[in-house]
Amino acid sequence: MTEISHHSQVWSHRTPRTRLFMWVGWLALVALFVWCWQIMTRDTIWFFVADAPRQAADIAGRMVPPRWSYLGELWLPLWDTINIATLGTIGGVIMAVPVAFLAARNTTPSARFLRPVALFVIVASRSINSLIWALLLVAIIGPGLLAGIVAIALRSIGFVGKLLYEAIEETDQSQIEAIEATGASPAQVLNYGIVPQIMPAFWGITVFRWDINIRESTILGLVGAGGIGLKLQASLNVLAWSQVTVILLLILATVVISEWVSARMRHAII
Amino acid sequence: MSPIAYPTSWRRPPQIIRDRRWRIAVQLGILVYLALAVSTVEVNWARVYEGLDRGWNFVLGFLRPDFTSRWTDIAKGLTESLTMTLTSTVVGVAISLPIGIGAARNLAPRPVYYLCRGIIAVSRALQEVIVAIFLVAMFGFGPFAGFLTLSFATIGFLSKLLAEDIEDIDAGQVEAIRATGASWAQVVNYAVQPQVMPRLIGLSLYRLDINFRESAVIGIVGAGGIGATLNTAIDRYEYDSAGAILLIIIAIVMVAEYGSSHLRKYLQ
Repeated sequence: MTEISHHSQVWSHRTPRTRLFMWVGWLALVALFVWCWQIMTRDTIWFFVADAPRQAADIAGRMVPPRWSYLGELWLPLWDTINIATLGTIGGVIMAVPVAFLAARNTTPSARFLRPVALFVIVASRSINSLIWALLLVAIIGPGLLAGIVAIALRSIGFVGKLLYEAIEETDQSQIEAIEATGASPAQVLNYGIVPQIMPAFWGITVFRWDINIRESTILGLVGAGGIGLKLQASLNVLAWSQVTVILLLILATVVISEWVSARMRHAII
Repeated sequence: MSPIAYPTSWRRPPQIIRDRRWRIAVQLGILVYLALAVSTVEVNWARVYEGLDRGWNFVLGFLRPDFTSRWTDIAKGLTESLTMTLTSTVVGVAISLPIGIGAARNLAPRPVYYLCRGIIAVSRALQEVIVAIFLVAMFGFGPFAGFLTLSFATIGFLSKLLAEDIEDIDAGQVEAIRATGASWAQVVNYAVQPQVMPRLIGLSLYRLDINFRESAVIGIVGAGGIGATLNTAIDRYEYDSAGAILLIIIAIVMVAEYGSSHLRKYLQ
């Protein structure tokens, strides 16, 4: 029976070199964190931070009991919110489908020119949140439902386009070849070879995006783009916290119901 | 004897709703809803027409972005956004680790499991912008409120995915470590952690990316960052500066996306 006489006989997961690199990595992360923290809190007024629990208690005290009588005024904005999400999703999907076919490597007419353009459209639409689109559109076409619908539609292009073009690229090549072997034209190949394969993905993505859009359209009113967010903004402006509670609960209920509906629909499709 | 009439064309049978009457009813219902929805959208076409000029100015601003004249504001907003993104991701991930472990059914006792799932549900149900409104009201304007908002949102996102990942791990490895007489902490350290680490790093990087995008939004309600700068630029109708800010956001998101996907490939 031999005793362990040297530490190199003890099993360890990593070599000393890797461990050193990992320590340096963690140290760098901590240093970066501290540095960023100092820059970020340079202008923070710590008195307000220390005061926050009192403020929180104050707001909470004003929020209960909720003013349920306000609920009657909320049904019309809620209807508007759902319309923004639904019409916006339809508009976004209609614009996203051609973009997705241009962006997919196997269906794009020109990989050199049109594909990068389509990819840029997708990235640009995805990086800008719908609230920012709404902010721009309210300044351009005026406050109201239309700005909200267009904002949701523009934001949806990127999401639907990206997932759809990935689905197109993953289609089974042999089915397309089989259709081609019958002497089908390119349009017929698209119609009989590719479209049936991506249809379940298409409906799944659309319903999923609709669910996200319901969530996002509830706050678009904060920048003037219609819906229940307008009421939220109005109540916040007059510090009517008891009405804010009612609005938030209604938003929460809507989101939960839309999530349930979308889960059921996706379950039925896939 | 008449010949049997064979169909000459094929039609795919309907998949979801088999009954013809139900199908027609659903289609009619959708049409009625769309007609109602479109009819309640009031559009002031005169205002839209007036705005087209401004829209064109915005497109021009996008094509000729002005980075210089508001550069100090943009740089300040950008620093706030970037520092806020990093700190909130680090703090959010640090808090999500215990909550994620607690929300995994195979590691935590029942009461802890329900508590952690409750925290996740609350964090996921509230949107960033709404949380930001409350935190700005409590902590005052500025990036500190934004930092708290993003940390809070990170907890819901990361704990949920981490918990699901822990529930999916290979139970054999856990059993093997437990058979050596390891304590609960040792099981987590030697059996669970190596299995979920690559995905945890990937998710953290993904969340870093999302937090930057969100930091551009919560500025609109007063939580600091580049969103506040963008809001000011649009309020002043300075579309060339707004275009520059949007281009910077798009560029950073693109860099973050490509960078994180490469890093994830390298780590896994």
